[in-house]
This record gives sequence, structure tokens and C-alpha cells, in this order.
Amino acid sequence: MAAIRRSKPNSPTLLLLLLLPQSLLLSLFVCSSVAIATGNGGGYTINGRVKIPGFGAKGFGLPVKANNAKVMLNGGQQVTFLKPDGYFSFHNVPAGTHLIEVDIIGYFFSPVRVDVSARNPGKVQAALTENRRGLNELVLEPFKEEEYYEIREPFNIMNIVKSPMGLMIGFMVVVVFLMPKLVENMDPEEIRKAQEEMRNQGVPSLASLMPGGGRSN
Amino acid sequence: MDPKVIPNTPKHASSSQIPPPPFSLFIPTNNLIAMAMAIKLPLILLFFSSSLIPTFSLFEDQVGLMDWHQRYIGKVKHAVFHTQKAGRKRVVVSTEENVIASLDLRRGEIFWRHVLGANDVVDKIDIALGKYVITLSSEGSILRAWNLPDGQMVWESFLSGSKSSKALLTVPANLKVDLDSPIIVYSGACIHAISSIDGEYLWKKDFASEGSVDVHQLILPGGSDVVHAVGVTDSSQFDTYEIHIKNGGLLKHTSASFPGGIYGEILPISGDRFVVLDASRSVLVLITIENGQIHLEQTHISDLIHGSSGNTVILPSKLSGIFSLRTDNGIVFIKVTDEGKLNVMEKVDKTVVISDALPLSEGEQAFALVQHGDGKIELSVRLVHDMSSNHLKETVKMDHERGFVHKIFINNYVRTDRSHGFRALIVMEDHSLLLLQQGEIVWTRDDGLASVIDVATSELPVEKIGVSVAKVEHSLFEWLKGHMLKLKGTLMLATPDEVAAIQKIRLQSSEKSRMTRDHNGFRRLLILLTRAGKLYALHTGDGRVVWSTLLQSLRTTSQQCAGIKLHQWQVPHHHALDNNPSVLVVGRCGLSLTSPSALSIVDAYTGKELQNMGPVQHSTVQVISLPFRDSSEQQLHLLIDADKRAHLYPTTPEAAHIFQRESENVYWYSVESEAGILRGYGVKKSHSSDTPSEYCFETRNLWSVVFPSESEKIIGTVTRKPNEVVHTQAKVIADEDVMYKYISKNMLFVATVSPKASGPIGSATPDESVLVVYLVDTVTGRILHRMTHLGSQGPVHAVLSENWVVYHYFNLRAHRYGMSIIEIYDQSRAENKDILKLIVGKHNLTTPVSSYSRPEVTTKSQSYFFTHSVKAISVTSTAKGITSKHLLIGTIGDQVLALDKRFVDPRRSLNPTQADKEEGLLPLTDALPIIPQSYVTHSFKVEGLRGIETVPAKLESTSLVFAYGVDLFHTRIAPSRTYDSLTEDFNYALLLLTILALVVAIFVTWVLSERKDLQDKWSWPQTQLWLQSSSEQRLLNICSTPVNMFVNQNR
Repeated sequence: MAAIRRSKPNSPTLLLLLLLPQSLLLSLFVCSSVAIATGNGGGYTINGRVKIPGFGAKGFGLPVKANNAKVMLNGGQQVTFLKPDGYFSFHNVPAGTHLIEVDIIGYFFSPVRVDVSARNPGKVQAALTENRRGLNELVLEPFKEEEYYEIREPFNIMNIVKSPMGLMIGFMVVVVFLMPKLVENMDPEEIRKAQEEMRNQGVPSLASLMPGGGRSN
Repeated sequence: MDPKVIPNTPKHASSSQIPPPPFSLFIPTNNLIAMAMAIKLPLILLFFSSSLIPTFSLFEDQVGLMDWHQRYIGKVKHAVFHTQKAGRKRVVVSTEENVIASLDLRRGEIFWRHVLGANDVVDKIDIALGKYVITLSSEGSILRAWNLPDGQMVWESFLSGSKSSKALLTVPANLKVDLDSPIIVYSGACIHAISSIDGEYLWKKDFASEGSVDVHQLILPGGSDVVHAVGVTDSSQFDTYEIHIKNGGLLKHTSASFPGGIYGEILPISGDRFVVLDASRSVLVLITIENGQIHLEQTHISDLIHGSSGNTVILPSKLSGIFSLRTDNGIVFIKVTDEGKLNVMEKVDKTVVISDALPLSEGEQAFALVQHGDGKIELSVRLVHDMSSNHLKETVKMDHERGFVHKIFINNYVRTDRSHGFRALIVMEDHSLLLLQQGEIVWTRDDGLASVIDVATSELPVEKIGVSVAKVEHSLFEWLKGHMLKLKGTLMLATPDEVAAIQKIRLQSSEKSRMTRDHNGFRRLLILLTRAGKLYALHTGDGRVVWSTLLQSLRTTSQQCAGIKLHQWQVPHHHALDNNPSVLVVGRCGLSLTSPSALSIVDAYTGKELQNMGPVQHSTVQVISLPFRDSSEQQLHLLIDADKRAHLYPTTPEAAHIFQRESENVYWYSVESEAGILRGYGVKKSHSSDTPSEYCFETRNLWSVVFPSESEKIIGTVTRKPNEVVHTQAKVIADEDVMYKYISKNMLFVATVSPKASGPIGSATPDESVLVVYLVDTVTGRILHRMTHLGSQGPVHAVLSENWVVYHYFNLRAHRYGMSIIEIYDQSRAENKDILKLIVGKHNLTTPVSSYSRPEVTTKSQSYFFTHSVKAISVTSTAKGITSKHLLIGTIGDQVLALDKRFVDPRRSLNPTQADKEEGLLPLTDALPIIPQSYVTHSFKVEGLRGIETVPAKLESTSLVFAYGVDLFHTRIAPSRTYDSLTEDFNYALLLLTILALVVAIFVTWVLSERKDLQDKWSWPQTQLWLQSSSEQRLLNICSTPVNMFVNQNR
């Protein structure tokens, strides 16, 4: 808190924390996460923090790819960057309802709606716009990681089998092994009959396709 | 043999409409069946895959295969070298594109880079404590420190001031004296002191209370605890302040009045001497502070330099004891002696560029001069104490197309013989950045490409016939080798070295970067017009610069000329095939809309300026490409000037004749956003006498749409791409019903908001903001459709294609971004469905489509939420318009997202019926999905994204996408997958192997069957034996029967 107050040495600084009791313990450590300070120009300051789980022992520290992180207010009206501990702040923000977006490549963040009240300075409301969940403190966490590439599956036999050529081979194998079984189940007399028939007829479909195939055996 | 199979086989083959390859006749029927299956199977697979949502997706190893990404920074404004320590030598720069970057001094590569917000302009940069880059931005209100090695922001300080003023930054240079000496910033009429270690705010001295003093210089004398501020009050009084560095207490204030008034900035000469120009710019005022008193001494410039006129400026190079003065005749170095006398030392040409002083050792300073020669530049480094001779003089060959030197920054290094060597970073007229060292260009960066204004494309030349046989053999061998390697890779047999070789072959395929036209139309030239007035041609295959031209038409005048538009001028297709295609560049000389224009026509293959028409008499507000061509296939263009006159180009009698004939059908419109008026124009038939030439036409206002200024303000308009191709007008929907798209090239989308809501988000409440969108016909001015979005506001980004428009806006009630679609259908053609009517002839299919007619239109629309802010929105375009479309959305994170058009279909419903499902309609969701794999830029960012351009390839399935901003990115996408070609990954070797294996199998089975046949013939009486023979033999018999017969037949 002291850090924030110091940043405004000669302007009346007002910090109001909207922290639930259970997060009070945390707040001692995290300092003020949603903090709105009045500036002398009528503007306010929005302080917040971006936290990426799974990095650093205490959630501190940002991954290497967060190096190019940006935080944007109202679609690029103001752009700020993250400090090493993930904190960011927007200065000179007029009262009203604002939208904060976080851009870190590889992560999907929901935009956050932040209300800065003029009548009631310090009263702050923040909510994720994607799922309308209210935030007690302006700690922004990614919804999910974004993977921009398809995962190339390692070579396995199923892929080959599933491919058209594999299916073709599979079909052949099926024909090769199942047809005799079919033939086995048939009456040997019938088979002979059919064979005789075929020998007599030839294969009309093929024969007609042959050059000069009109001649039958 | 199963008799059912055989008769079916030919039917299958013929029903698939693909004639079976001839060799299929020579293979056993089983294979024929399999072939038929193989033909059917891909169809089945295709059916399966098409039922899923096709996303643009890429494997990680496919990066660079068909895309390229180039990173730029823009025109350098400031540069600070960091070369003291051993290790990586770097230069930190800030640019006009609002980029701060750390560049490798050896190669010019970017170590790290940050693009600041558009209204967060960098004022000053410096390096503090040898490890932080300090930037002052937003008119001096934001001070940031960045870690020098990796670019991580370390701290940020907001400096609030009382009123706006210029921004000055002073970083303590000498680190050894006092580690915690603060950074002193003057901004907002206050002096702020900030700790350089953690950005802690120490003190502030407000000058607003001291009267309206404007501080010009902050001086931090090394080793003292006092900061000197020199300023001017009401431009008639000099003030100097001494402020204690630890607490901000004012120690001393002296002032002296100067009734003459001043011009420009006060320049320090030494610790207690300053020089400034008076208001008339003819008198130099030397200010000396002595014993707390200010002495002023005036010298007429005409006494020093003979024959100099006005336009005198003091150049801001801080050299101790010397200052430089630029007049109309040249640059003059003037030495200030200890007694306060001014001595002219040297005169140089006025195109000479001077660097800042570089402190070498105790009290010694060097600076660099750059002089232009013919095709070369002369760099000379001089010592301030010894101005008479050049310490170093180097001549460097310089490309003509880079223009003049604009800026120079120098840095020194100590050679092995302990003498000083110098390296110079120069910024050229085309915004490129070069490092000169030892008379050579070490590296260059084409940073003009960071400020692309307009994009056009051109075909490449047709390949010359006559390729040597050896070359073909060689390439065939290479091709086979590559495919064998690939096969190895697929079968996981490749060693790591081979895997690397495969990747290299894929990336550096010579095929994609050849300079000839290809069958698929993937190879093109991207012609880019940049803010520096330079034209670049980039090859779409690998992104290299094929040629670049600094347009002479934009350089001829002294005014600030800049290109504004790029148009296709000549695209030879039928007649003028010997000519190369060319583009028309329209520029403007001056800042106002009424300034004269400059035109040039540039050959798209070579970059030569074919015609240089600049500056022409008239201004240019609007450029219209007419759909007419003359006999040499030059496109007719109309340039509309500020007086609403139309100027026809090319200025040939033939063009004038064509235009006269067609002038009745030429319409255009103008959008006056400030006044809130849309106007439509046509050409006056009669030639009035006061037009300056026969190629100038008077225009008449045909219609106006006036939006009420108290309730609506135009914030965006968008129209269809003129070269867009629509495949069909009819859209078949479920139950075989047909809807006719209303397709008009003259449709304009206009978005207006209530004036209160025209500001940024957060400035208006939902109740007072209304977004209204219109579809206007630009020939008649008729409003086809109007729609109101209550509680919504801009910014609006929209794209209009075929019969639909998609627009992105901000929904204040939900406080989310919204995206809506409007589809417009022609109702008057709806009756044509009746076959009876068609037979009887009661249809209107033969009536010509006319913009004059009053169409009966219906619209369908739907709205969705969209997560991100949007910077640009575009749509894919294909050669024939058959392929389904993807929207290309440039998000706030500088990525380009491909969104299937099927997601924005107004016919989506919550519970789609069976018919809807069959048609492929998706169930309605409230938000549009963002699938990470469908980012066409995958893990790249196109920093500072400004526009997305799409060009159809010749292959119908594919569209070329070019996104530009500070970075450039090119890729090609197939919205419905590449259904008309094999992918690059297709393994020909595997196919060949399979065929080979099949052929071998045929012969083996044939031989086996022959043998079997013989055996059978020998054992014919013993039928019982046949029945007892193994199943395998029987199988062979079955398999080989047809072959047998075939053999028999041929005997």
C-alpha cells in the first residue's frame, strides 16, 4: 500500500479495498489488488495484477513468454505492461465503466469490466465479461492456455490402417481370408456349378472392356 | 467367386465419375474392387471431414512452409548505445511507430521490442545505471524502466502535471559518483525527481506557481547536488533556477527580461552560456550567467554570415563551446570564445546532417557529419577541440533508392592500439537503418516496411521456355531424394540429421521463391507503399524484397509529400502482353486536402518509374478505379479534387473517348463524416468552358443523405471490394428452397452513433448511446436497410462481401463486444422458383439488374458476442468465389483469427431442425468461438496490426492473406481445405512404393496362378483332391481366375 501512496505524493490518495474476510490474510501479502486512487486531474488509477498459475513458487514471477505481455484499457486507449511481479496500473482513468484486456501469447484471458464510480470514489466493481463472474480483487488469471498448433500424432500402426491405403489393404486382407470361408460354407456342388457357369460365360464385364474382348473362350 | 461382386464393379467405377486408370484393367478383379473402394473411401472421408468445422490448423513443423513473418521497428527517432561492458553490444532505439527496441549492434537483429500504445508517444529514451532503459512517454507523463537484457518492464511511474508542456529527461550519467542520484524529468510544467532504482517518486517542483515559465533545458552538472533549469517566461524573460537534487528545494532564481521575444529553443553552449534566436530570427542572443547575474549579448546574424536570409534555425546538437546554425544557404559552425565572442568557424552544405556530441574522454568531444555525394555518402568525425581537420573520414557507397541521410547517431570504441574507432548509425530517407563502421555498411534494416500505407499485388512474369535437360534431371533427382527422405521420416527411420535435412528441404523449397508465375497462383509480388514514399515489391514465397523504389514524384518538391493510395494501372492479359504490369501511386504534397497531388506509374516487375507526373495542378481527395480499359489495357482512373472536379487518367484522347461514352454510368459518393452527410455524384454531360483541360470534368450532386447531427455521427463506412467475385446469386436452403442474394457493387455500409457515445468506451452510459447501421445504395442514395442497436457504441469495424455485412461494435449493456451480421436478399426474384412460371415465361430472369430499379429486399440479421477488441476485419477471397468464406479478424493482441462464415449466419437457430442440420447450419450460441488453432498467425504477432489484405490464388480453394502493421505476415489459407490439390506433405514416394508393390503382387499372383493352373490341369480327373486341397490354394485359384481368363483370351 505504501508503494501506491508514494507514487502520488501530493495528491489526496484514497485506497479502498474490496476484500472479503477470507481474502484478508492474502491481502496483507498481496497489498491492494483493486485499488482506485483519485488523481488531482479528476482521473483515477486502476491497479491490478496478472497471475499465471504454475509459475514461481508463490505464484510470483511470470513465465518467459509473458515477457511481451500487454494490458489494454478500452480496446487500446491505454496500453501498459506488467512489472516482474505481474502488477500493472492505469493512470488518469475517468469515472465510468471500463474494459481491461490482457494479451499474453499462449493464454486466453477474459476481458474484465471495471466500474470506476465518480460519486462514490473508491467503490470498485470488477467482473469477467466471459462468464459474468465478479472479482473481489483485480487479479486476472488466464481462462486457459492456448495451443496454436495441432499436435502431430506419433507414428502408429492405427494411422496407417485408418488411411485410405490402409483401408484398401485391410479390405483386401478381409477378402483374402473371408472369401475362402464363405466358399467353404457353400455346397461343393454349387461351387462347381458356379464355376462351370463362369467358365462357360467368361467374365462378361471384363471381357467387354478388353480390346477385342468380344471373343469369348 | 461371388457373382454379385463382379457386375457391380464397373458400375461403381463409373458412378464415381472418375475414369479408372488404364492399368486397373490388368489387375485381378479383387484389386478392381479395392480400387473402387479406394475411390469411394476418400469421398466418404471427405464427407466425414466436411461435417466437422474446418479450422485453419497447422502442425508446428509446418511453420514457415507457406507463411513468413518479418519484424520491424519503424523510423528511428532516438538511439542510445550500450557498448561499455563486455558481452553483447546493443543499441536501444525508439521509433516513430512507437516502438522501443534493443538491437544487436553486430547484426541488427532485434533482441527485444515493445510496441507502446498509439497515444503513448515516446518522448525521450536513455539508459540508467547501465542496466535499465528509461523511456519517457505520453507527453512526459509516464516514465518506465525496462531491463536492458530481456526487456522486462522493471518499474513504471506516473508523473502528473498541471498543464501540458514539453518533456525533458535527464538521467545521471556518471554512475560512480552517487548511485542514488535521481532521474530528473520536466513535464507538465513540473520538475519531477524519480529514483532510478525502483521508480520511487522523490519530489516535485511545480513551475505553474512561478508564473508561466517554460523550461527549455535541464542541466545536471556532474558531481554537484544542483540541477539547473533554464527557461523562458512569456517568451520575453529568461529564467534560470537552481534546484537541490535531494529535496527539490529552490536554491536560486535569476531572471532577465528580453523584450525582443525569442524563437525556438535555448541551446546550452557550456555550463553558464546559452544561445537563442530572437523572434525575428535575425539576431543571436548569447546568454551568460555570471555571479548570479544574467548578461545578454546580441549579435546580428548578417554580421556573422554575409548574405543570409530568414529561416535561420539553431540546430540542437549539443557541442561544448560550439553551436551550429542552419540558414537557407548552408550550415555554419560558430564558436563561442571565452570572452563571449562569436567566431564563424566553417560553412558546410545545408544537406549535411550533424550528430550529437559524443564525449570521448575528459573534456573531449567528437561529433559526426554526413555529406551526400553521388551514389555515396561521406562520413567525417571531428573533435570539438580541433575543428580544423577531420579526425576520421570515410566514404561509403550508398544505394540511390535510400535517399538522403535523415539522422545520425555515433558511438565510439577503443581499438587495440588504444585509438578511438567510431561506428555510426544512420537513418535514411526511406526510414531504413544502417550501421557504418570502418567505411563499410555492417548491416541494414528496411524499417520503412513498418509503415505500410497501401498494398497491391502483381503477377510474376511467365516462365521462359527452354529449360536444359540436365537441370530437369537434376531437379527430378533432388525431388526423388527429398521424397525418399520424407518417406523415411514418415516411417520413423530417419536419423536426427535427416530430420533436420527434411525440414530444411521443406522450408527452402526453391519452388516457392522462383521469380516466375506458377500454376496455382501462390507466387505473386506484393507491392507495398510506405509512409516514406518508397515502393517495395515483396515475393509472397519467402518475403524477400525483389525491388524497391524511392518515388521521385514524391521528392521533387520541398513540401512534405506522402503517398496516399496505390492502384492497379495496367494488368496486361489480352492485348498489351509485351508490357509489364504497372501500378499507379497517388500522393499528396502538403498536409491539407487541397494540396497538389503527385502521381507516378511504376513498373511492377522492375520498379522503374515509367511516368512521373508530379506535382500536378489539382488536389486529390478520392481515387476511383473505373471498370474501363483502353486499348493498351490501362485502367481508367478518376481523381476527384477538393472542388469536386473529376480528372481523368490516363490523359489520352482514347481514354477520354471511352469515358465520354460511359460517363452516364459513372457514379461515386463521398462521405463527409464531420458534417454527417453522404453525397452521390455523377459527371456533367456538357463540357463547361472553365474546366482547365479536356480531361477534367464537372460533376453534379445527385443525392445527399443528411444524418441529424444532434443524434447521429458517422463513425465508419465500408464498401465491397471492387474485384470480388461472386459465384452464384442463388442460395439453396433447406427443403430445396432458393433465396436470391441481393448483390450490388454499389452497396455502402454506414455506421453512426449518438454524438455522446462517439468517445472511447466508458465515456457514455448505455442509455445515451445508440448505434445505427445503414445499407445505402450509392447510385440512387436509397437506404436499403436501417438497423438500431440500443446501448451500443463504436468503434465499428466492418466487412462487406457478397450480400452480407459483418460488423463489430461494443455492447454497453452487456459490456462486451458484439458482432452482427446482416444478409440482404432480393425478394423480387423469389417467385422465379416456380417451374411452371419458368416454362410459361412469366419470370423476370432476363430483366437486367439495374441500380436504378427499386429492389424489393429482405434482410436477415443476427448478433453474437465476441471476446476481443478488433483492429481490422477482412474476408477471404477466392478466384471464382465458390469456396466458402472465412472472416479474418485482427484482434487486439495483434493476431489474425480465421472465423468460419458459418458461425455468423443469421439462419442459425437454437434448435436446428433435421433439414437445417443437413444444410450444415450450426446451433445458435450467444458468443462466437475462438479456437486457438484457427489463428492464421499461429504463435506470431503482427505487432501494431493495421490491415489485412486478401488476394485470391489461381487455385480456387486458396486465398493469400497478407497482414501488415509494424510487422508483416503472409500466409495462404484454404477455408474449405485444399480440396482441389494435394497438400505439400503428400508423400509421392509412398504412393510410388504402393503402386510398385501392387504391380509386384500382380506378377507374383499371376505366376502362382499359372503354376496352379498347370497343376490343376494335371490333376483334373482327381476332383476330390481339389476339394481337399488347402484353403490357400483355393484362394489363389479364386484370385487368379480372371487373370487366367484374360491370359486365355489373349492367347
